[in-house]
Amino acid sequence: MAFGPGLMLAVFFLVPFGIMLLVSVAEAVKGGAYNLVFDGSHYARFFTPFFGRVLAFSILIALLTACICITVGFPFTYALTRFGHRTQVVWLVFILAVLSLSEVIIGFSWSILLSRTAGISNLLVWLGLMSEPVAWYPGLVALLCGLTYLGLPYTVLILYPPLSRLDPELPEAARMLGASPLRSFFTVVVPAMRPAIVATVIMLFVFTLGAYLLPQVLGRPQHWTLSVLITDQAIFQSNLPFAAAMAIFLMVVSLALVVVTSRLNRRAMGSP
Amino acid sequence: MNRLVTNLGMGLVFSFLIAPLMVVGGVSLNAQKRLLFPPEGLSLRWYDELFTDLAWLVPVKNSLVIAACSALLALLIALPLAYFLWRYRVFYAKALFTLGIAPFVLPPVITALGFLIFWVTLGFYGHMSAVVISHGIFFVTLPLVTLSLGFESMGDDIVEAARSMGADEGMVFRSVVLPLVRPYMISGYAFAFVLSLNEYIIAYMVAGFTVETLPIKIFNSLRYGYTPVMASVAVMFVLLAVGVFALVARFGDLPKLLGKV
Repeated sequence: MAFGPGLMLAVFFLVPFGIMLLVSVAEAVKGGAYNLVFDGSHYARFFTPFFGRVLAFSILIALLTACICITVGFPFTYALTRFGHRTQVVWLVFILAVLSLSEVIIGFSWSILLSRTAGISNLLVWLGLMSEPVAWYPGLVALLCGLTYLGLPYTVLILYPPLSRLDPELPEAARMLGASPLRSFFTVVVPAMRPAIVATVIMLFVFTLGAYLLPQVLGRPQHWTLSVLITDQAIFQSNLPFAAAMAIFLMVVSLALVVVTSRLNRRAMGSP
Repeated sequence: MNRLVTNLGMGLVFSFLIAPLMVVGGVSLNAQKRLLFPPEGLSLRWYDELFTDLAWLVPVKNSLVIAACSALLALLIALPLAYFLWRYRVFYAKALFTLGIAPFVLPPVITALGFLIFWVTLGFYGHMSAVVISHGIFFVTLPLVTLSLGFESMGDDIVEAARSMGADEGMVFRSVVLPLVRPYMISGYAFAFVLSLNEYIIAYMVAGFTVETLPIKIFNSLRYGYTPVMASVAVMFVLLAVGVFALVARFGDLPKLLGKV
């Protein structure tokens, strides 16, 4: 009975990856087509300084975003799971609504929020906190804001199951022994959740690595990431083989990280 | 003291999450085309344009058709798969489940490029049906996860009871399993629908130049000609998402759907 659906997944998901692997070593032909002749030069292009710079920036920005998201998202989700059922539901509906927002809309709204003419700096000037409005967009600040906005709801949803399963008696016991709420959070809750935190950071890293639109909308050309480069090569440079080679590279990195994550999770479940 | 810190922190996160939405709301109600601080004049003209201008109505229609069909496809693939995995614990069940989850774990740009090359090879590049199938496959994860949760919460004994009363496999499925799992079907469909509506990169790579969906339309007008109609679209999207998820929460247990025990 599962034969049909299983077959469909295989045909429409595995086959495209198979073809992509083939195309990544094919010869590029002008006009977006490709010739199935072996050509490994696309992988050789990974060793150029330009590619190295893009890769380094992609990794750096993804790591930074993952760290910001976990720093904000972990205490937030912990507090959320301690609320009553109704409050949790309202928050979750809101978080899901933000999560479902298209990158296009996120980029658009942050570009206004950080602009000089209508942005938040005007509010700060009006409150007397700044002397004149400034433009934070486009730039690194805008990109980080957008990526954090993209990743935060995702963080909450990944951390929600393990944190809501955390035994409430654990922090309570620490409180009974005289620890302050903050102290019990850092000495009991955080260590108990360490595997979940590491797993979340890795998943966020992979997730942010895949952001393709925000770097284009909120950043400057030097802020383009690997994902932007893939889209650019596939659509505008019409070089499918090079785009495929980069996608395969990104997939190998992501898969390796995902495997590490599931290993960590399994080990965490094995030992109480 | 603890309460104060918690509320302050929650308030800050809330402001961060709501601020862009407030600004977009402001732009959509602003009478002038250019938004200046402080805003001047209220008007609904950008909403009016959204619902009367064909340049916006066609993408609206495309997006709704694609989301409705692809969410249905995702559900139709996920339902038998999840049922099979729950009912018969075969050795390759885990592999099948992983296959269903995989598209969602990888950066979507990879899947998008895979679909692009796949449809170019088959000659369906630029067709709306290609977008529907691609989204259907990509979003299988969502109904698969909600349905698996639904089946897990059901317990084997209920099927055994029906079997011992003489029901055959088909009757068990129709009269016992299906009604119990319906809330999970609806929520899986709802998740897939809303996310398909907002999906950009796959739709763009598979048929971006022939079938314009709303996210593609917004991105194009962001690049090649700003109009506040974008803001009114964004507001509609947010309201729709809130509405759908609120309905899911109303008819099902949202915390449980999201993995709370």
